[in-house]
Amino acid sequence: MRKFITGNHAVAEAVKLCRPDVVAAYPITPQTPIYEQLSDWDSTGELGGTMVKVESEHSAMATCLSASLTGVRTFTATSSQGLAFMHEMLHFAAGARTAVVMAVVNRSLAAPYGFWSDQTDSLSQRDTGWLQLYCENNQESLDTTIQAFKIAEELMLPVMVMLEANFISHFMEPTEVPEPAQVDEWLQPPKLPRRFDLANPGFSNGVVTAKQYRDFRRLSSDAMEHALSVVERVDKDFGRTFGRSYGLVEAVDCEGAELILVTTATITSTARVALANLRSRGMKVGLCKLRLFRPFPVAALRSVLDNAPRVAVLERNISLGREGIFCSEIKAALVNSPGHPKIQGYLAGIGGTDVNQHSIEWVLQDAFSREVFMDQPIWVDDAAAEGGYNA
Amino acid sequence: MRSDISQDVLRAGHAACPGCAYPMGMRMVLKTLGLRTVVVVVPSCAAIIAGPFPNTSLGVPSFHSAFEIAAPTAAGISAALKRQGVDDVTVLAFAGDGGTFDIGLQALSGAADRNEDFIYVCLDNEGYMNTGVQVSSSTPQYSWTGTTPSGNTRHKKQIMEIMAAHRIPYAATASIAFPEDLMAKVEKAKGMRGTRFIHLLAPCVTGWKIAPDEAPLVSRLSVESNVFPLYEIFDGLRYEINHQPKRIPVERYLVLQGRFSHISAEQTEAIQTETDRAWAELCSREMRSRQLYEGSKGTAARVSGD
Repeated sequence: MRKFITGNHAVAEAVKLCRPDVVAAYPITPQTPIYEQLSDWDSTGELGGTMVKVESEHSAMATCLSASLTGVRTFTATSSQGLAFMHEMLHFAAGARTAVVMAVVNRSLAAPYGFWSDQTDSLSQRDTGWLQLYCENNQESLDTTIQAFKIAEELMLPVMVMLEANFISHFMEPTEVPEPAQVDEWLQPPKLPRRFDLANPGFSNGVVTAKQYRDFRRLSSDAMEHALSVVERVDKDFGRTFGRSYGLVEAVDCEGAELILVTTATITSTARVALANLRSRGMKVGLCKLRLFRPFPVAALRSVLDNAPRVAVLERNISLGREGIFCSEIKAALVNSPGHPKIQGYLAGIGGTDVNQHSIEWVLQDAFSREVFMDQPIWVDDAAAEGGYNA
Repeated sequence: MRSDISQDVLRAGHAACPGCAYPMGMRMVLKTLGLRTVVVVVPSCAAIIAGPFPNTSLGVPSFHSAFEIAAPTAAGISAALKRQGVDDVTVLAFAGDGGTFDIGLQALSGAADRNEDFIYVCLDNEGYMNTGVQVSSSTPQYSWTGTTPSGNTRHKKQIMEIMAAHRIPYAATASIAFPEDLMAKVEKAKGMRGTRFIHLLAPCVTGWKIAPDEAPLVSRLSVESNVFPLYEIFDGLRYEINHQPKRIPVERYLVLQGRFSHISAEQTEAIQTETDRAWAELCSREMRSRQLYEGSKGTAARVSGD
């Protein structure tokens, strides 16, 4: 059924369709509408599972991870400070090989306080052992949430689904909400190990030796590597049933392009418009949308970027003291590639500032004509957003 | 129906220090709860006693969770088991005083507020003993620890009052020196639903600087001197004292413990005064709650004093 709903509502619809057993959550702007919507359905009995209205995000993750270890389907959602507060538990949930699914509404981290889109919150969780998927719009947020349960439960690794504050969380779009029967058919009840089986008692997560620790990390690392093919397969499989799939990366007009712009999330939608405009003026530019961040899709990205002489990475986050986090990752992914494209990083939209067609065209023009590629990122300023490259 | 306590759930060969009160308490709690139990331990001596991977002393399914989340971990397992249609299993959390009074207090308060369905046993050894004896908010006044080298300046936090303020169905203090009382309380808790809290004093041989065979004696003296009275609180309202103590001077309790060896006569007197005050306060609460809640059912297992 097609509904005109916000991204938060779309995620809540997806969660309800996946019939979670335990949902634990805590309010934080701009994620709260997911929690409220699920609470509404909990009160009417439509949610079906058990809703645990915890006193903190830290306890939300504690509740989800222990429920997941018990063998049931679990979900939580958070944002910004709440995600940072969960940090310890994120490592725990991944290390214990749970299948928790979490929606993260990307929002700037204090200080200073802000309520707008910024990806540094989830990117700061890069090394926690969670899969990370970044969504472009409401439909993709809904679809990716459904996919996330299948991925997490197959791999026994937790999955984060990112949607941007306001641009997705609070903006309404026509969104296709699948029929429950269709989702039931596609996503079977979880077949997770039941770690607290009375007939087969064991002690989970005992203290290990250094060598045992290393061996467990190795197993998790292998699972993460394997995750690339699982995410790809689940996405294709989803496409066959529901008619929509997204890939690990998406390449638009990248064949023979002299410059490829790499984006994530909502900036991608605007970039599509800018790209079409510049191509109509004869510029050979392509667009590469990065959807999966952990595990990092090195091969998929290389196959798109390695044939272009120039790459521009445009992003809404920063690792202070270096550059945009996606840019560093992309540089690292291409360092041993034969094509060895030049790469320039651009920062735009930090703190939720607007990234419009003009600013993206400015970036494309700049990267297209630039003689020196710098190690430092370029902050795309407001002047660029006003008038385009030649203004 | 009384549980079959002939079977031990905590196995021999656990990793506790010789003479530690923890495994004594854990053994009594677990044998009362029996095999249909899932145990959560968090970083504390209980996690060490549970054993290093892949060994374990616990004969029931168990999980070593993070330090401050014993309560929500137990809540998550409890909720998930019910979703799986398993409704006759007790979820039990063991946490130390640091994991309860300090770092885990927020999470415990949240779970108690929601009246999540589990039994929480705080094994209170009055300090961070697993990290080598540092002060916690459970450490008694004047006590030596590695971070209070000249004596703790703060009073011991009143965790039972905090738990009572949540109006949970059951909270009780217990002692390894009173096994029948302890096991009767676990039995009673097992028959209830919601958040049930047992505060179990567990002397630490190393941290309290007592002889390895003195934990039961020191425990007994803590009760008989009124430093650690045995009582229950029902629904956060109704108090019942379970043991009329001999009211021996606190000095007899303190003198056995090296952690108090430095204290002055005035400080001993101050502890006596505070102990008398707290006992009078507890007695008046019991009397007042009996007047207010007369007729509400009291099934406390009274231990006969002399």
